[in-house]
Amino acid sequence: MLVDAAAESSSAGSIVYFSTKSGNTHRFVQKLGLAAQRLPIGREEPTLRVTTPYILITPTYGGGEVKGAVPGQVIRFLNDEHNRRLIRGVIAAGNTNFGDAYGLAGRIISEKCHVPLLYRFELFGTDDDVARVRKGVEEFWKRQT
Amino acid sequence: MTTMQRLSRVNAINWNRLQDDKDLEVWNRLTSNFWLPEKVPLSNDIQSWNTLTQQEKQLTIRVFTGLTLLDTIQSSVGAPVLMEDARTPHEEAVYTNIAFMESVHARSYSSIFSTLCTTRDVDDAFRWSEENPTLQAKSELILERYRSDDPLMRKVASVFLESFLFYSGFYLPMYWSSHAKLTNTADLIRLIIRDEAVHGYYIGYKFQQALAEATPERQQEVKDYAYELLLELYDNEVRYTESLYDEVGLSEDVKKFLHYNANKALMNLGFEPLFPSSVTDVDPTIMAALSPSADENHDFFSGSGSSYVIGKAVATEDDDWSF
Repeated sequence: MLVDAAAESSSAGSIVYFSTKSGNTHRFVQKLGLAAQRLPIGREEPTLRVTTPYILITPTYGGGEVKGAVPGQVIRFLNDEHNRRLIRGVIAAGNTNFGDAYGLAGRIISEKCHVPLLYRFELFGTDDDVARVRKGVEEFWKRQT
Repeated sequence: MTTMQRLSRVNAINWNRLQDDKDLEVWNRLTSNFWLPEKVPLSNDIQSWNTLTQQEKQLTIRVFTGLTLLDTIQSSVGAPVLMEDARTPHEEAVYTNIAFMESVHARSYSSIFSTLCTTRDVDDAFRWSEENPTLQAKSELILERYRSDDPLMRKVASVFLESFLFYSGFYLPMYWSSHAKLTNTADLIRLIIRDEAVHGYYIGYKFQQALAEATPERQQEVKDYAYELLLELYDNEVRYTESLYDEVGLSEDVKKFLHYNANKALMNLGFEPLFPSSVTDVDPTIMAALSPSADENHDFFSGSGSSYVIGKAVATEDDDWSF
């Protein structure tokens, strides 16, 4: 994958993301075309260990409850203190049909890890979402350094 | 037509042996979302209902009758035909849940009617629904696909019903809610809106799984059919919308909501959205009515987001996340 190599060499941070078999978040990240690493889908697989600051992109689970909104694989990844120290922001996928719970996983992670919720998008995002996030992420890393 | 493998015999369903994890994930999501209309205190809307003009009341009853028809189709025809095409016993079980919840949705509109409306007005609206050409046309466009022997197009039609056709109707209770009217009814409709999102997502997911196995030619053909059907439904939705909302001056705004949701329906099928953002800019008060207690927006990048305050970091454990 081009993305892993790029993550190593880039001085800016990378993207870490989780996407289920439905692949919506994966598709969004592909469209972004930024350096990115995908968290393993299988619950038995060992989770990632990151080496550079990153922005996390995650879907929201469940039907609006805080419980279960953050995918277990993301929780496992963030429970590693080393990984958690390197998170700089979070972007959440969701669906406005869930009302107040739209992108809830992003809000929970933002509060837990004390990083900003940068953006929310629906399903695999529109071209506008992709353009806004690409530009936003670029400027975000500039401000970080 | 397709090599899709249907279930040929009935075996006892074993939820501890899954062919597709998504089935259990969605089953859990749907069952934890379960609700009944009795949970919502609709009678608190009686006073508000009485502030509506006769014309507004008629519009509301007609809109809800139109929604009832779609729920009835989905419950009694849509979900059962999807069941026939199921690839796993668990998928079949998920459709039984969808079928039942669509019945709950249809039942809910009758609860709203019996709480707020006169029998005569409701009977009039049901008569209207049977004779309204655009409502009947959309029903026919969907039923035609359901009656066909094409499992892929059945799913396409089903996702369009779940994720697109409902929204000319859902607009109105969100509009009333944004004007602080019929707020309990809006609470009930939000529960329906939440369910339909899961239905559209799941049926769309199963569609994408099946489509991936088809030949490239067949994939292209189905994609063309899907966009064709969407445009046909869209043209009809525009006429339906105008026939209902022109007299209250809301048609143009409803159409934006249609475009926005048509895009999401396409995305549920894995297809690119069709309508550009210049025509999907739904009135922010309608979007806000979808999430009534969210008090902030999160567009951090544009700088328009709400204030973000860095707090003190806390250790994270599995328990913390309540997972």
